[in-house]
Amino acid sequence: MKKLLQTNNLSKTYVQTQGFFSRVKTNIHALDNVSFSINQGTTMAVVGESGSGKSTLAKSLVRLVNLDAGSVKFNGVDLLDLEGEKLKSVRKDIQMIFQDPYASLNPRLNILQIMEEPLLIHNYQDNDARRKKIENFIERVGLKASDLKKYPHQFSGGQRQRIGIARALILEPKLVICDEPVSALDVSVQAQILKLLKDLQREFGLTYLFITHDLRIVRHVADDVMVMRHGKLVEEGKTDIIFKNPKNQYTKDLIQSIPGLISKRN
Amino acid sequence: MNKDILKINNLSIGTKVDTKINLVDNISFSVKSGKTTCIVGESGSGKSLTALSIIRLLSPQLEMSGEILFNNEDICNMSELQIREKRGLDIAMIFQEPMTSLNPVLTIGYQIKEAIAVHSDLPNNEINQKVEELLMLVGIPVERLSSYPDELSGGQRQRVMIAMSMSCNPKLLIADEPTTALDVTVQAQILKLLDDLKSKLNMSMLFITHDFGVVEDIADDVIVMFKGKIVERGEVNQVLKKPKHPYTKALLGCVPDALGKKQLTPIDYEKLDMAIQRL
Repeated sequence: MKKLLQTNNLSKTYVQTQGFFSRVKTNIHALDNVSFSINQGTTMAVVGESGSGKSTLAKSLVRLVNLDAGSVKFNGVDLLDLEGEKLKSVRKDIQMIFQDPYASLNPRLNILQIMEEPLLIHNYQDNDARRKKIENFIERVGLKASDLKKYPHQFSGGQRQRIGIARALILEPKLVICDEPVSALDVSVQAQILKLLKDLQREFGLTYLFITHDLRIVRHVADDVMVMRHGKLVEEGKTDIIFKNPKNQYTKDLIQSIPGLISKRN
Repeated sequence: MNKDILKINNLSIGTKVDTKINLVDNISFSVKSGKTTCIVGESGSGKSLTALSIIRLLSPQLEMSGEILFNNEDICNMSELQIREKRGLDIAMIFQEPMTSLNPVLTIGYQIKEAIAVHSDLPNNEINQKVEELLMLVGIPVERLSSYPDELSGGQRQRVMIAMSMSCNPKLLIADEPTTALDVTVQAQILKLLDDLKSKLNMSMLFITHDFGVVEDIADDVIVMFKGKIVERGEVNQVLKKPKHPYTKALLGCVPDALGKKQLTPIDYEKLDMAIQRL
């Protein structure tokens, strides 16, 4: 199988200053020599608690965070060396779906404008072609073309997340980074969105990097999983194998903490 | 020991503006003494409103009717002064967001102390001693007494909230999604802590959540709410393993399970509506 993304020793340190006069500086290793690879067409889940560096990892892959060290090879190209037009064309291939559907859509734009923006940035054909493409995608995620005139506040959380997904997919990316895409949703909506993501993966041959803190979801969506803690990669492997036979103590603790598994009353 | 500590009869909550809309629609249930009852439901099902109405913290724009009997006393008919006596002393509440429910400019020691002082006239040094005991009970080092909420982690803040709610040994604890904002490992700790305290202090608990995994861990009895109505109730294993109502069945089909690789089936609302009409 072809490797779509390969990273080598990613490192990022944030400096925290404490105290008003003393200026004590502490280094926080958000990413500490993280290396992994994702095969094309598969889903890699990243699990870890808050502060484990999952989101820094996601942001670094779309170059929203500058890394201190390491290299990222995407589709054979070194992502961190790119600049200008070349970077822009690669960005088209890596899109992101965000956690909070309430915060990630501009309240002053209607859905048509929201969906058109990525197409305009990447100079996609003419007005009619854009419109057609947008209608196509909005229907594909389960909304109607007549919804395009509406504004984000007129939709429910699940519908907004669908719009976020349509916006991410409209450029037909190769890699989609999903940063806790269902954490803010009810279980019934969560099931719908997970199914939609799975169907879209099959249809467009997408590769997902799926960030979550819910291990139950990992089992349902991921082929591979990596467990992070304090910026370090503590364990990585096939989902089934890791769940059946976790090697690292922290992974064991995480699996033990899944609600519904804690043995009652002991 | 099968007395009902809380009994709710025909509770309805609606807006004052439009009396036709009932957010909570004629529900009745009871909480057994010494047991944990879980209310499960999606957002907008009315579970939090039900909880708030029990300690009379509903927004003034909402109106409630019905009967809420706590130890055979009707809470609905109490004056503001009488209910204030009950809050914290007999009925305590833990909220979802520990950061927004603690005061950021007061130390946690002061805030716990305040919770005790409202309901007792113990001398200062005895109250201080009690605060230390409470902190030990929830597993926070006593040195953190003079810390401010922002110096604590999310799990520690929720522990402080639990310490405050435990301060007067309440008979009933209402917990409104107390672990939703926390990491899984911390969630497991907090659930265990609540369960331990419940048996140690012989308390009853009304636990609100949308997570069926949490229900499985902590509940004795379960109530499922949908659009302001109770659609199913019963003992925890019966509701989770052999649900009767179509909504409960459909909702359970959406829950990723902890062990196997069960297929997720999103709710088909047309089918669900038809199934409900047939009931």
